[in-house]
Amino acid sequence: MSEKKTILNVKDVTMQFGGVVAVNNLTLKVREGEIVSLIGPNGAGKTTAFNVITGVYAPTNGEVRFHDKTIISNYPKGKMEKLYAGENKGVYKKSIEPTPDKITKMGIARTFQNIRLFKELTVLENVLIAKHMRMKANIFADTFRLNWKEEQKMKEDSLELLKILDLYEVKDEIASSLPYGKQRHLEIARALATEPSLLLLDEPAAGLNPQETDELTAFIRDIRDKFKLTIFMIEHHMNLVMDISDWIYVIDFGKQIANGTPAEIQNDQRVIDAYLGVADDE
Amino acid sequence: MTEQKKQKLSIMLSIIGVAVLAAALFGVYATTSNTAMLRTVLQLGAIYALVAVSMNLLNGFTGLFSLGQAGFMALGAYVFAIFTIPAAQRPGVYYLYGVADWLANIELPIVLALVVAGLVCALMAGLIGAPVLRLKSDYFAIATLGFAEIVRIVVGSSPLNRITNGSLGLKLIPKFPNFFFPFIVVAVCIFIVWLLINSSYGRAFKAIREDEIAAEAMGINLAKHKQMSFIISSFFAGVGGALMAMYMGAITSTTFNVTLTYNILLIVVIGGMGSLTGSIISSFLVIAAREWWLRFLDQPLIIAGIQIPLFKTGFRMVVFSVILMVVVLFFRKGIMGTREFNWNFLLKRLEKKEAGSTGGEGNE
Repeated sequence: MSEKKTILNVKDVTMQFGGVVAVNNLTLKVREGEIVSLIGPNGAGKTTAFNVITGVYAPTNGEVRFHDKTIISNYPKGKMEKLYAGENKGVYKKSIEPTPDKITKMGIARTFQNIRLFKELTVLENVLIAKHMRMKANIFADTFRLNWKEEQKMKEDSLELLKILDLYEVKDEIASSLPYGKQRHLEIARALATEPSLLLLDEPAAGLNPQETDELTAFIRDIRDKFKLTIFMIEHHMNLVMDISDWIYVIDFGKQIANGTPAEIQNDQRVIDAYLGVADDE
Repeated sequence: MTEQKKQKLSIMLSIIGVAVLAAALFGVYATTSNTAMLRTVLQLGAIYALVAVSMNLLNGFTGLFSLGQAGFMALGAYVFAIFTIPAAQRPGVYYLYGVADWLANIELPIVLALVVAGLVCALMAGLIGAPVLRLKSDYFAIATLGFAEIVRIVVGSSPLNRITNGSLGLKLIPKFPNFFFPFIVVAVCIFIVWLLINSSYGRAFKAIREDEIAAEAMGINLAKHKQMSFIISSFFAGVGGALMAMYMGAITSTTFNVTLTYNILLIVVIGGMGSLTGSIISSFLVIAAREWWLRFLDQPLIIAGIQIPLFKTGFRMVVFSVILMVVVLFFRKGIMGTREFNWNFLLKRLEKKEAGSTGGEGNE
């Protein structure tokens, strides 16, 4: 197999809150079409890493490249200049700090660890909102429905998406009234509606029972193929991770301690020490 | 019944509903005298409905808790008054300080002046929006409340004497050209807000209300959308303020004090945060109750020659407040919650009838 293109490239990212280094010099690559997992014990900095990639936090140092373009870059400045406890100081000189909506527009969509749906709105509306940012009409044209064709197309596309993801029957239900598993599906559907090329899933199997987890495994594979996605996820369910991942990164205390294929990771002594050794279901 | 047929039917029903309301309004016009309480309540109710809807757009639909409505109303009212007081009568209005030279002969038609009043408010919202909208929840409320006070004090201050007539206020503002004028303006404005709420931008506003973090992760530019909502809300608050000026004929800066904002907030909360029809219904109810139905409580009441205590001036507001507390206790989310009035209750009944008459295809 020929070498696949790297689509996401996180380089030397350090995230420091005051004196606490949450993510320390993290470097990782996600290749096109792969499913890559990020694992690690609680508090290892996984979600912080996600938040840096999606623009919620600007990193203290380091850069993120997406499709060979630097989308995020920062260096310690201001108060951090003195406080900075990480490595690679002075390597990065630019400061690019886009807000999350800009990152989403570039094609990185995400889901959240604790489901964040628009609870009071219907399933269809949840998906339609994700399509809003691709709308071309301005607010006046939209208010007076001068763009009714565009609105109609948005609606058709959304319904199509709901059909593919098996949510069509519940399209008029209020999001919070769905069963938990369906809410997870809807959150992924909503992320897909933003037409991403890279999907970040933050603990998609949290709170699901074993059967739902199996379904989710199939579902993730399915959407990867159908939507030609690259998937980067954080997960605690080892069965799911080992089953689905092409590549795994392990971090502990904000630092990467290993990376490799599922088989390599399972036999890595450092990983077993840090993580798998203390997990109760292994 | 198919989805499309349902939609068509409910549009038809809505048109009929509006026609019935218009006919009722015409009936009121034909049967009551110029000074009838019913007329007053309806006109004032309509004006409050517009301002409540504009506040609801911000508070109920975008989730920005603003208390600046009175400020924008004051701005709208003053702009409207300044441009519409008949030029010939201006020396009389500005008898103490005189009128500014550039202003002396500018006189705009009423409808144009309404739009100008709205635009000035929108412009002001655009200016203060950028810094103020960075604040969240309570802090935003306090900042907008402060803005409202600043506007009120500035328009009544002496450096503006030759424009706003300072603390004397403005009078001889043109009255409504006819009984129906405020209703038409309010209906058009609310219809525009309704269109907006149901558009893609309206959905984006609701997304911000539901969950800012998720909305941003879905690609919605928070700053831009909050700004748009703030500007549009202020525009309609300004138009509402201008209508208020027309209704009253004379304004001073104290007309638009903080209490006015709280009255509007009360209407919005009672109607339901996030429901346009709720705001409209509750504004008519609140105005009617406060100005009309409870009036008798202010009169001394004598039954069988004994004067009942408590019935004297001011008692009306005590009872009104108690009623409000009871309403809020029993309708936690207001009369309508976040729902809108719709025809589903009628359509469902029709559906059942239809199913019955076609020979029971279903199991019912």
